[in-house]
Amino acid sequence: MDFRHFFDLKKTLILAIFAVFVNFSEIRAQDSVVTKNEKFDPTKAIMEHIGDSHVWHLWGHTSLPLPVILFTDKGIELFSSGEFHHGEHDYQGKNYTYRLVENHIKVVGTDGNVDESASAHIYDFSLTKNVIAMFLSVIILVLVFSSVAAAYKKREGKAPKGFQSLIEPVIIFVRDDIARPNIGHKYARFMPFLLTVFFFIWINNIMGLIPFFPGGANVTGNIATTFVLASLTLIVVNVNGNKAYWKHMLAPDVPWWLYPIMIPVELIGIISKPFALMIRLFANITAGHIIVLSLISLIFIFKTLAIAPVSVAFVIFMDVLELLVAFLQAFIFTLLTALFIGMAVEEHH
Amino acid sequence: MDLVTPDIGLVFWTTVAILLLFLLLRKLAWKPILSSIHERERSIEDALDSAEKAKQEMSRLTSENEQLLKEARAERDLILKEAKELKDHIIHDAKILAQTEGAKLIEKARIEINNQKAIAMAEVRDQVSSLSLEIARKVLVREFEDPMKQEALVGQLVKDVKLN
Repeated sequence: MDFRHFFDLKKTLILAIFAVFVNFSEIRAQDSVVTKNEKFDPTKAIMEHIGDSHVWHLWGHTSLPLPVILFTDKGIELFSSGEFHHGEHDYQGKNYTYRLVENHIKVVGTDGNVDESASAHIYDFSLTKNVIAMFLSVIILVLVFSSVAAAYKKREGKAPKGFQSLIEPVIIFVRDDIARPNIGHKYARFMPFLLTVFFFIWINNIMGLIPFFPGGANVTGNIATTFVLASLTLIVVNVNGNKAYWKHMLAPDVPWWLYPIMIPVELIGIISKPFALMIRLFANITAGHIIVLSLISLIFIFKTLAIAPVSVAFVIFMDVLELLVAFLQAFIFTLLTALFIGMAVEEHH
Repeated sequence: MDLVTPDIGLVFWTTVAILLLFLLLRKLAWKPILSSIHERERSIEDALDSAEKAKQEMSRLTSENEQLLKEARAERDLILKEAKELKDHIIHDAKILAQTEGAKLIEKARIEINNQKAIAMAEVRDQVSSLSLEIARKVLVREFEDPMKQEALVGQLVKDVKLN
């Protein structure tokens, strides 16, 4: 047991060290792409790393171009992001000429400048780095859990074994420590949703910590992802809200003259609860990434390798901490979702 | 600002991904896994319950057995006691019977002995009287062979009468 613990720790450390070196080479590679004399701008580098991208940088100068899907007012456009040549070229599409400006696809007008009013009418549904990473996570989850489910079918009624015994405590943790205490006896109906959200957030958090392909995409640290997750919570909570929940919301047990204050406050509460979920997950994960990238950036800010051991030491610490945060944020998101569902389905006494 | 502005594309794809994941996992994983876990937990609980029941049954049976044993022991003691009493009674009765019988026999024997004795005595008496008579006759015969002696005796007798 002790040995295994040590082994896990060692693996984490190796991963962390690996992470540092890959981040390191990545930033250097991009730095060298810009110019040798230009001053290193950590904000730009960091924002590039935590943001979404139309290409997936693999190593050195090698990147994976990803498909671009645009809904324009004149029809759908489909092309590879490789056409932009890292933003150096414009692409002449069927309907417009497109240019990649800070990872956003803009329409170029006839005068050769970006046409903002025309750009507002194109909707970017591209399969970006985050989308691909997310679908990879989905595939991993489906493969893992269908194999675990197969193990349950094969070993019916027996004690869990192998990977099954790694997953089962987590599932039971979600059931006994998240769903059951917060929702009560109606928990079973919400288990699939809670488990899906929990494992989706957790795997994407962890994949985000892996600094190289197929990880490295900041999926759960993207406001769009957390927005969708929080919206799902909002929908699930309010669709399942019972009479007591709505009565508490629209006709609370307070003197009638307090209604003008109470009802708006309660209605804001409907939005503010998932809003807090959205911001919490986004901010925690993004902050973690920013800190790791900032520590790496120190090397380039000071322009000396002497600072590298310090950076590496701090990054290892942060990565280990982020492993904890990855679990913790998945836990908190699911826990609060369960709590809100519990409040919505609670029977009034 | 870019950081906190959700991209419509990513929102769309995230929705697709998570709904797909939800539907797939619900069908492929959560239902079978949760029902298996539930099933197993229930079977473990059942097993524990039945073990507890068996234990109780066991203890009930043990106590019942003990009770039975106790009763059997008491019964045995009772039977033994009764048998002993019976034995004592029988012995006592037998003793009394033997005694009375013995006494009767002894009495009978005594009576017989007495009878025999009486007969024997009578016989002896007869014998003795006849023998005495014979002896007396013989003595008299011998005594009175000598007339001198007869005269002496008569003289003696006469003398005695005078004295009176």
